[in-house]
Amino acid sequence: MTVAELCKQAGFKAEVLPDPDREISGVYIGDLLSWVMGRANSGDVWITIMSNNNILAVASLADTACILVAEDVALESELLKTAEEKGINVLLTDKSIYDAAVTISKLI
Amino acid sequence: MSEALKFHFDVDGTDFTSAGQASVQIKKNLRQLGIAPDIIRRVSIAMYEGEINMVIHAGGGEADVTVTEDCIEISLRDHGPGIKNIEQAMQEGFSTATDTIRTLGFGAGMGLPNMKRYTDDIQITSEIGKGTDIVMRVNLK
Repeated sequence: MTVAELCKQAGFKAEVLPDPDREISGVYIGDLLSWVMGRANSGDVWITIMSNNNILAVASLADTACILVAEDVALESELLKTAEEKGINVLLTDKSIYDAAVTISKLI
Repeated sequence: MSEALKFHFDVDGTDFTSAGQASVQIKKNLRQLGIAPDIIRRVSIAMYEGEINMVIHAGGGEADVTVTEDCIEISLRDHGPGIKNIEQAMQEGFSTATDTIRTLGFGAGMGLPNMKRYTDDIQITSEIGKGTDIVMRVNLK
């Protein structure tokens, strides 16, 4: 399943989707950035409630398929602009982290 | 690759949220060189942790990456306050980061342990009041 297909089927909002055809291989959940960077796998949907610019570097280095910001956390336009420039998919949902993960689990 | 390739970066210590630029750039450079993805991941994660540490604790610094046939060496230098007890700093969970840094998702005491975990060798030299030098090596063979 691609990130674009996930957005459509799960009802996640694609805040920026510069790489819509990126394949999803799994899910990783975490907010401690050093922890996530070391443990998220390439191709994972990374679910977090963190919203500062550092999440872009972490997603890029860990090579996750997208960042899914849960719980309707507000994202600043600067972050979205940088994500677009760096080619990092950023999705948003009002679901809890748990509900978002369960939704993805049913789809992939 | 007969000659060593060298990359130099100045790490800006004034903007925490833009930290990681050198690591993301080195990831691109190594990819262009055809280095294996797992090696690139290890190098860039270790370097990012180092970069973040330099920004959080030392007001920035310098990073040099040298690629040879045998290994990738990452050298980090800063003129920050130095590490009081390196052995203690190497323990997972030990951190001197502020609460502000913690709310941004760092300062969990994972930096130096991650740098050790993802590299084959790490040498840390630090002097209180003068700064810290870290040299990490990831073997290619």
